[in-house]
Amino acid sequence: MDSAAILAEIPRLRRYARAMLGDRAAADDLVQDTLERAWSRLHQWRAGSDMRAWLFGIMHNLRVDQLRRPRLATQSLDADDWTVPARPTQNDALELRDLESALGQLPDEQREVLVLLALEELSYADIAAALGIPVGTVMSRLSRGRERLRLIMDGQLPATRLRVVR
Amino acid sequence: MSGLPITEADLHACVDAALPDARRAEVETYLATRPEEGERVRAYLAQKQALRALYNPVLDEPVPDRLAALAAAPPAVRGGALARWSLQRIAAGVLVALLGGLVGWVAHDRYPSGETLARTSPVSLPHQAAVAHAVFSPDVRRPVEVGAQQEDQLVAWLSKRLGTPVRAPKLGALGFELVGGRLLPGNSGPVAQFMYQDASGQRLTLYVSTENTGNRDTAFRFAQEGAVNVFYWIDGRFGYALSAGIDKGRLATVATAVYDQIDRKQDPNPNRKD
Repeated sequence: MDSAAILAEIPRLRRYARAMLGDRAAADDLVQDTLERAWSRLHQWRAGSDMRAWLFGIMHNLRVDQLRRPRLATQSLDADDWTVPARPTQNDALELRDLESALGQLPDEQREVLVLLALEELSYADIAAALGIPVGTVMSRLSRGRERLRLIMDGQLPATRLRVVR
Repeated sequence: MSGLPITEADLHACVDAALPDARRAEVETYLATRPEEGERVRAYLAQKQALRALYNPVLDEPVPDRLAALAAAPPAVRGGALARWSLQRIAAGVLVALLGGLVGWVAHDRYPSGETLARTSPVSLPHQAAVAHAVFSPDVRRPVEVGAQQEDQLVAWLSKRLGTPVRAPKLGALGFELVGGRLLPGNSGPVAQFMYQDASGQRLTLYVSTENTGNRDTAFRFAQEGAVNVFYWIDGRFGYALSAGIDKGRLATVATAVYDQIDRKQDPNPNRKD
C-alpha cells in the first residue's frame, strides 16, 4: 500500500463521511479512524485488490461499531416545538441544505446505499459486497430510501426537524 | 420485447443506468403511460444529481494535515525509515508508542484484543493514575491545585467533590511530605490526586477513585511503564493507585503504609483483630 495511493483516496473518504455524518469535524474524525485502522490491518489487504473498496469497507465497519456503542444521550428537539417554517422562495443553496437535512433524516442503512450509489457510483453488486449484504437487500433499502427522501423533500413527510448534531 | 413485468428494481436500475438498452426501452415505454411513475423516476434522478452537487465540493477542499499525515505508514509499519522523519514526528510517535504500550500492557491480560478495546472501554485505574502522574508530577510551578499548607481545606474540598471522606495519608516517616492535591476527571466523575515529595525532590502521587462498580476487591497489583511504577488496589468502590519513578521495593513500602492508614480509618471497629 503506498502513500500516494492512499492520499489520493482521502478526498473521496471525506466526501462519503461528510454525506453520512453531516458534521464536518465528525466526518474527518471518522476518516482519521479509518486510516489508522487501515494501517493496523494492513496484513488483511491483498496487494492488487481494490484499495478503495477496502477502505470504504473499513469505514463502514467503524460506523457500525459507532452506532452500536452507547453514546452520550442526545435528544432530538421535538418537531411539534421546532417546526421550521416553510420558505416561500426557493433558491439552489437553500434547496441543497434542505437535501442535507432530509438525507440526515433517513435511517443510516438507507442513507448509506443512496450515498454509495450517487457519489461513489458503485454497482449494486459492489455495494452489496462492500456492505456485506445481499443485492436484494441493497435494492429494498434503495427503494425505501429514495422514496422516503422524495416525500421528505416534497413536504409529504413531517417537516424538517432541528437535529442535535451527531 | 421481453414482455417481463416492470418491477420496482427496474425503475431504480433505470435511474442508475444499470439496464441493458433493450430493457431500458421497455421501461421507458412503460413510464410513458404512467405519469406518476415517471414523476417518481425523475425525482430519483434529481436526488442523485443533487447529492453530487451537494457533496462533490468536498473533493476540492484541501485535505487537513492530520489526515494527509496518515497517508504515510505509521512507525510500526514503516520500520527502518527513521531518516525521513522530522523531529516532531519522532516525538509524537514516541508519545503514542508510550501511551499505547501502557494501555496495551494494562489491557493485555484482560482483553483478547487490547489495542482496540482499551481505547473504547473506560480507561483502567493504573493507566489513568500513571498518566496523571506523568502529567502533573514534573510540573515545577503548579504541581497541585491546593497546597499542603491548606491541608484541611484540601481534604474538605476533595471529600465534598468525591462525595465521601478522603484523607491524605501521612508518609513523613517514609520521607515523603505532602505537596498538595488536585481534582481530576475520571471515567464517570471526579477523582482525587495527592502529591508527595521527598527531600531529593522525587515525587509520588496517590490517585483515589470512587468509581469502582465491579465490586471486585483486589490485592496489591503492580504495573510498570517506562520510569513510572504503579501499585494499585481496589477496596469496595475505592480504587487506589500509587505512582512514582522510584524502585518497586521502596514503592511497595509506601503502598503498604498507605494501605494500612486507609484501612485503619475505614475500619468501623478499630479494636478488631484480623
